[in-house]
Amino acid sequence: MSTSVQTHTSPRLPDRGRVGMTCLIITESAFFSIFVVGYLFYIGKSQHGPQPADVLEFPWLATACLLSSSATIMLAVAGLRAGAMARFSLGLLATMVLGATFLGFTAMEWRGLIEGHGLTIRTNLFGTTFYSLVGFHAAHVMIGVLAMSLVLSLSLLGHVEKRHAERVELLSWYWHFVDAVWLAVLASVYVIGR
Amino acid sequence: MASIDLPSPGTQASTWTSPGREQWTTVLHSWVTTVDHKRLGILYVGCGLVFLLIGGAEAAMMRFQLFFAQNDLLSPQVFNRFFTMHGTTMVFFVGMPIIIGMGNYLIPIMIGARDMAFPRLNAWGFWMFLFGGLIFYFSYLGGDGLYAAGTAPDVGWFAYAPLTGKAFSRGNSTDYWVLGILISGFGSIAGAINMITTTLSMRCPGMTLGRLPLFVWMMLIVSGLILIALSPLTAAQVMLLFDRFLGAHFFDTQAGGDAVLWQHFFWFFGHPEVYILIIPGFAYASEIIPVFSRKVIFGYPIMVGATCAIGLLSVGVWAHHMFVVGLGKGTAIWFAAITMLVGVPTGIKIFNWVGTMYGGKLHFRLPMLFCTAFLFQFLIAGLTGIMLAAAPFTWQLSDSYFVVAHFHYVLIGGLVFTIFGAIYYWFPKVSGRMVNETLGRWHFWLFTIGFQMTFTTMHVQGLLGMPRRIYTYPAERGWEVWNQITTAGVVFQGVGVLLFVIALIHALRRGEPAGDDPWNAWTLEWSTSSPPPAYNFAEIPEVRSRRPLWDLKHPDDPDWKYE
Repeated sequence: MSTSVQTHTSPRLPDRGRVGMTCLIITESAFFSIFVVGYLFYIGKSQHGPQPADVLEFPWLATACLLSSSATIMLAVAGLRAGAMARFSLGLLATMVLGATFLGFTAMEWRGLIEGHGLTIRTNLFGTTFYSLVGFHAAHVMIGVLAMSLVLSLSLLGHVEKRHAERVELLSWYWHFVDAVWLAVLASVYVIGR
Repeated sequence: MASIDLPSPGTQASTWTSPGREQWTTVLHSWVTTVDHKRLGILYVGCGLVFLLIGGAEAAMMRFQLFFAQNDLLSPQVFNRFFTMHGTTMVFFVGMPIIIGMGNYLIPIMIGARDMAFPRLNAWGFWMFLFGGLIFYFSYLGGDGLYAAGTAPDVGWFAYAPLTGKAFSRGNSTDYWVLGILISGFGSIAGAINMITTTLSMRCPGMTLGRLPLFVWMMLIVSGLILIALSPLTAAQVMLLFDRFLGAHFFDTQAGGDAVLWQHFFWFFGHPEVYILIIPGFAYASEIIPVFSRKVIFGYPIMVGATCAIGLLSVGVWAHHMFVVGLGKGTAIWFAAITMLVGVPTGIKIFNWVGTMYGGKLHFRLPMLFCTAFLFQFLIAGLTGIMLAAAPFTWQLSDSYFVVAHFHYVLIGGLVFTIFGAIYYWFPKVSGRMVNETLGRWHFWLFTIGFQMTFTTMHVQGLLGMPRRIYTYPAERGWEVWNQITTAGVVFQGVGVLLFVIALIHALRRGEPAGDDPWNAWTLEWSTSSPPPAYNFAEIPEVRSRRPLWDLKHPDDPDWKYE
């Protein structure tokens, strides 16, 4: 309590944003794991309708887009840290384009499944679990792209500076998390389940 | 923290009143828009207590229905709604807000911070909780839905599939159950993120993890459990919504869906939830018992370790709620063994509290009375818990009144008693007023006697074979006299709670001024004024031991010399 008698030093406390984002990622992971468990549990239990092996293609290009976007956002954060605004904006734009391309591939895949194979969320257990798991992941990609477009707009308006690197890094943590979820989705839907 | 504006000390705005007499609209506006952790804490606990009265009234109505065999006070439909509303209310709209509210109020002032880490997220969390609670109770008006079927939810608080499917649960009543919990769940998660971040990032100088008050330690672990348990429930409820609105088949047994999967998902939330509810009870007891025994807590590091152990084990015990669905031998043995293992760290805690009291100078003021009753009752709750962990025992008594008796012993005998103790302990800090000791003692004795009458006898009904959730029973089963004792106990509890409300109102109006430190306690919240100023501490404190106020009061014999 006293201010004068002072021998010890208190350790540096962790940054609020980092702790908060870590907590969010933990709770989101728990959310996704229930959908992954649901998917794995119902593999091969559909009574009729299309089965995964008949209709799913391994999404090489979509996966390449999403995984490489983790690298571009790291470049963007590094750019902002160094104060190189052009590198930052370009990296962010590239990440957004890659994320949007991923969503485009998902849209094409879904269109093929719905129109070509008549698979909807009501068709069978495969449709039920597939659209919810992949759909929730895609929704998270969408949120990430929207958040990045917000940061990019602010940056183009001149409101983002070097001192904001910490906060943009937190956004990149979220983006890496979305990538990691994709790996889990990929493994359960396109590898184990097919 | 440098960005926080400090009002000048002369015009301290306290938690309760702003300077000068203001219009009620101004006061209301200031409460609705507040981001102050203390005001949000008061709002959380206040709303939780209102829901406690509502949920208690529902329980009382059920007990009156069961007073006579073949009674017809409540129809079966109304009875089903009442036990669903009662259970859901007590867990999600009483337990959760009071826990988060107490954490909100106390964590920052116990660790020497001026607010929570994310004040606006904090306010958002509170309003999400309240919104969820209001949606849940709006079901009485809106549950008919477009189908004009059902009113309030009537599927039980764990809402087993396939009863919750569209075919069996017409109308929108089940949707209100889902949405009310789902929305308030977002609030709980926001609260948990805030409590963890505050604890890790906002501690004052010298407040190392090894010096955190046990309350803060335990709330940290509770918050971690909320993060990993609440969102699985959200996911399962989203699945149920997809089933009901989009025609998905997650729990649709006709299309190959699995009803037992819902049970796994629900109890994967549900069992950690039990510890989310009871660990805060441990947290209050761990602050109150040392102060009223005039001794330091016995085995501080072991208490922290035992809480961590309970947290870890709690995610591996969920299927002990499902022994009767036919899990198979290996699975049943696993879950029975892990469940019994929880008894070890819990037993360690009871020994530590008793060890703290042993040889202490005991002062049986109101908070200590409730904590002492808690020790006895929680011990019994733990022992019946071990009995129910044995799968063959549960095969006989699952879904009987024995189970109801067990978990009410935990949640009332354990949690509600410590909540009463905690409110009596911290009320002087929050309001600046002392609670009348006589009123409080009447509350304690009436409530304790009523509790014993109601829930001790319930064990007997259970052993005699009375199932839970039945709206009536034939006279020749021999259950009537036991049910009458049980219901009579409710009257005692009801009068006790009424006295509790009167005692609080009386204290607010004409209670004795409390002063900063009425209990001669040792943690930081007692070093600031009662009620604390909006910014908590004019000067950020600095601590050197687990009992910073002891050090201040006894400069000749400070704790930090021995820790």
